[in-house]
Amino acid sequence: MKFEKPAGINPIDQLKIIGKPTDRIEGPLKTTGTAKYAYENNQEVTNVAYGYILGSAIAKGTITRIDQSAAKAAPGVLAIVTAANAGTLNTGKFYVSRFLAGPQIDHYHQAVAVVVAESFEQARAAASLLKVDYKKAKGSFDLDAVKDLAQTPPPAQFGPPPQTLTGDFEGAFKTAQVKLDETYTTPDQAHAMMEPHATIAKWEGDKLTCWCSIQQMNWGVRDLANILGIPKENIRLIASYIGGGFGGKGTVLADLVAASLAARAAGRPVKLALQRPLMFNNTIHRPKTIQRIRIGADHDGKITAIGHESWSGNLPGGRTEPATASTRLLYAGANRMTRLKLAVLDLAEGNAMRAPGEAPGMMTLEIAMDEMAEKLNMDPVAFRIKNDTQEDPEKPGRKFSTRKLIECLQTGAEKFGWEKRNAKPGSIQEGQWLIGMGVASAIRGAPIAKSAARVRLDSSGKITVETDMTDIGTGSYTIIGQTAAEMMGIDLDKVTVKIGDSSFPESPGSGGQWGAASSTSGVYAACFKLRETVASQLGLNVGKAQFSDGKVSDGDRSFALGDAAKNGDLVAQDEITYGELSKEYAQTTFGAHFVEVAVNAYTFEIRVRRMVAVCHAGRILNPKAARSQVIGAMTMGVGAALMEEMVVDKRVGFFVNHDLAGYEVPVHADIPYQEVILLEDIDPTMSPMKAKGIGELGLCGVAAAVANAVYNATGVRVRDYPVTLDKILKNTI
Amino acid sequence: MKSFTYERAETPAQAAAAASKPGAKFLAGGTNLLDLMKLQIETPTHLIDIGRIGLDKIEPTPDGGLRIGALVRNTDLAADLRIRADYGILSRALLAGASGQLRNKATTAGNLLQRTRCPYFYDTNQPCNKRSPGSGCSALAGFSRQLAVIGCSDACIATHPSDMAVAMMALDAVIETVKPDGKTRQIPISGFYRLPGKTPHLETNLDKNELITSVVLPTPVGGIHVYHKVRDRASYAFALVSVGAILFKDGGGRIALGGVAPRPWRVPSAEKLIPKGAKEFASRLMEGARPTKENAFKLTLVQGTIEGALTENRS
Ligand SMILES: Cc1cc2nc3c(=O)[nH]c(=O)nc-3n(C[C@H](O)[C@H](O)[C@H](O)COP(=O)(O)OP(=O)(O)OC[C@H]3O[C@@H](n4cnc5c(N)ncnc54)[C@H](O)[C@@H]3O)c2cc1C
Ligand code: SF4
Repeated sequence: MKFEKPAGINPIDQLKIIGKPTDRIEGPLKTTGTAKYAYENNQEVTNVAYGYILGSAIAKGTITRIDQSAAKAAPGVLAIVTAANAGTLNTGKFYVSRFLAGPQIDHYHQAVAVVVAESFEQARAAASLLKVDYKKAKGSFDLDAVKDLAQTPPPAQFGPPPQTLTGDFEGAFKTAQVKLDETYTTPDQAHAMMEPHATIAKWEGDKLTCWCSIQQMNWGVRDLANILGIPKENIRLIASYIGGGFGGKGTVLADLVAASLAARAAGRPVKLALQRPLMFNNTIHRPKTIQRIRIGADHDGKITAIGHESWSGNLPGGRTEPATASTRLLYAGANRMTRLKLAVLDLAEGNAMRAPGEAPGMMTLEIAMDEMAEKLNMDPVAFRIKNDTQEDPEKPGRKFSTRKLIECLQTGAEKFGWEKRNAKPGSIQEGQWLIGMGVASAIRGAPIAKSAARVRLDSSGKITVETDMTDIGTGSYTIIGQTAAEMMGIDLDKVTVKIGDSSFPESPGSGGQWGAASSTSGVYAACFKLRETVASQLGLNVGKAQFSDGKVSDGDRSFALGDAAKNGDLVAQDEITYGELSKEYAQTTFGAHFVEVAVNAYTFEIRVRRMVAVCHAGRILNPKAARSQVIGAMTMGVGAALMEEMVVDKRVGFFVNHDLAGYEVPVHADIPYQEVILLEDIDPTMSPMKAKGIGELGLCGVAAAVANAVYNATGVRVRDYPVTLDKILKNTI
Repeated sequence: MKSFTYERAETPAQAAAAASKPGAKFLAGGTNLLDLMKLQIETPTHLIDIGRIGLDKIEPTPDGGLRIGALVRNTDLAADLRIRADYGILSRALLAGASGQLRNKATTAGNLLQRTRCPYFYDTNQPCNKRSPGSGCSALAGFSRQLAVIGCSDACIATHPSDMAVAMMALDAVIETVKPDGKTRQIPISGFYRLPGKTPHLETNLDKNELITSVVLPTPVGGIHVYHKVRDRASYAFALVSVGAILFKDGGGRIALGGVAPRPWRVPSAEKLIPKGAKEFASRLMEGARPTKENAFKLTLVQGTIEGALTENRS
């Protein structure tokens, strides 16, 4: 099905099942511990061996020798894989880092060897017996130090162009009546998902099956084929359940490669999970940024010039953190500039993490807007509303498909009680606590991608859906089931959803906030086709046939849906593809975040007291799942605001706090009452589902709303995340 | 994990005697020791499981104090009505530590002997004098925001992470032990921990194979009991600074700190300055501090936290 014109009325609009706050269909499996995650698929393999990765002890240099004698002789050891015996390994197409060090070492904890043994403990013990001699080389680990060497990166597959210029930014900024020119930083951040990267790999001849934990099956197959130099057809990946990803499991990482190599070397299935420290220094992370924001406005608060520059670093060939993305679309202003710069760093690879670019970009832009409002003596909500735009500010005439930023801000302000905020910082105190309120806008692109599915009808009227979409804890199972149930006119419990298997029709997977909108549209297309097949089997006119209550009817002719499959299951497969609507319209999601914090007047401990989010994100397929996405994102935003930072040891070149004791993310006690308001929105330019993503929108802007609230409470403006008490202390003495 | 042998002791005497085996270590709740063994930071060759030797009761002492068995779980200790009534600082300190699940396993003796949370201590690729004597201290010129500002040395700036021990320091607790030969002794907590000097791997004045049997709390001293633990997140994090205070009506008090030194930090001779306010007291308490650039803020934070505690409880 090619989607080229805005959608008209279709079966989804019945909203009998779509749009309902349905519980997760796989929920009971998860709450009873019976959902099998990658490492737990023991039923699929016999005689499994265990792999353990030894990470490099240095950040940059070469391996001069590996003495394996003690490790080889250790109890239970079956095989040891190093660069010397692994064969040629290429890199993937999305992540650029090399999976096995040797002789060159590119970053700390890059895999030096994979030890395979009969038990996990034996593999781990043997790994510690490997004697690796290194020759250290000088590396580059400090973005501040190499900022001036940063280059303009080549255009990337995702994210904004490296440079954009509209009108005369420099001129307009110079002559602006009110100006802001500030530099902000966001730190390296870890995805810190609960489930580690893990794989069970099994070879049968030259066919490889891996139970793994990755978000995009199609990328996984592509990349693993490329890395191992084997045909895509020989690879099957299965990820039925994924214990969180946040972009950190986009495609193939060291566990998949190491397990595959180890299983080949040992001649047995191998299971391997990354130990927690390797998740920080071996895989990928959201890289640190330095961002300079300039805003010029007239005295009335109309923005005349807006400029956003961002510097980040990466391994050679790695991508740039596209922190300027949101600034291109969020506010009006005739003169605009964005610029990305990329430096070389010898830390683990920087790559996508939930709302890549937009999350760190909004962390800074929305502080800048707060600062600007203060300079203008305007209310920060009013200042944002004043600079709303209904068309793409870089391409006047190009409309937003839907945009209710103003309603988001107004609704949120009302629910939150924004009028109680005192604009003068430090003016509200309750006991030992200073109270402050902050606001930020939210924006996140609404990408959509081609997606296929297969649906099968059996004679009992049950439907089975298959697509290689993944569920990383988001609710994919449920919304896919809801889509099929709505389309075929049956109850949700009549639908079986099978996902997370690369042998199923290809979807774009979970990432970039595109999964929900894309994968359900693919299911829509397949169901549309199945309806045609059903109608013709039953001799009905497909245009007139009604699918509801488990029946198909046209006038007084009515059949049970299963009747169409009396002589055998009916199977339909289709793929949704798209025309030019996403070029014609700016398709984006919007929101607003309101936060109240309390800051201890003696210690400057910061505690969030209330949060309200308003989201405008297309048709909400399942309000319960959507709300879960948003409150999770708000929680992540609090982490980004107040505690999350991978600390670089700039002498050695590694992230020091590489476990969940040292890398703090919010705990329950940090998260107060969270209110989420989902504004009514139906976007027919997106797809027949008229839906967009929401999982990343919920994060964009949260941290800035917290930081702005801290400023309102204390009068101390912290421009370097995370906003911790020492940074406030420093500025109050 | 390196191979080790394991035995379960049935009585304190049996456990104490078994400890004469070279490379032996006691296993209590295991919440610290087992983690360290998985990382090959602790590599005992013999484990003596003391989980069933008794010593799990809190009993009154003849002079009106309490004797806390070494194996009393942190959860039970924090919830004990006598502790809550007369030693509130201890209950509060315990509840500020770790998480509910951990406190259910963690024991009194294990808590006293838990090891530092210096991040370099946990990465066996990095030099660390505490883990590997003589290899150097990575933290001194590295990531030290969390680490000690006083009592530390050029060899090590790690802190002792226990909250419970801070309260026990303010309470003048006494640690009771038995050696393999059956000899017992009492060690006041003020003399229990060592400062690192040139030997940061030696953390207490216990003998290697000495079994802690109990901790004795002297007669209750009254006063208002406060434990304020300051950290970046609201729970489940180690202290940047913690203040355990017992404040008396006459303006005097006892104050011990966590998160600032290689042991719970208390300077009794400084406590006569408490009535003069946080500033004077804190500057005496922290006399001789040698912070790094990254953790110098702790000195201000100590004063602020004490001031907050004094203000709230004196008003
Ligand atoms: C994630 C996490 C967070 C934590 N957060 C905090 C916190 O915020 N505050 C805090 O104070 N603590 C915290 N802890 C530490 C926790 O309190 C300790 O791990 C616990 O108290 C140790 O007790 P245990 O019985 O489990 O000791 P074990 O791990 O069994 O033993 C620890 C050490 O004590 C020795 N030992 C045990 N009993 C005896 C005995 N009777 N005689 C002689 N030696 C003995 C053992 O040989 C070992 O060397 C945290 C721990 C974790 C894992
Ligand atoms: S501070 Fe102590 S524990 Fe930390 S690295 Fe230095 S010697 Fe090791």
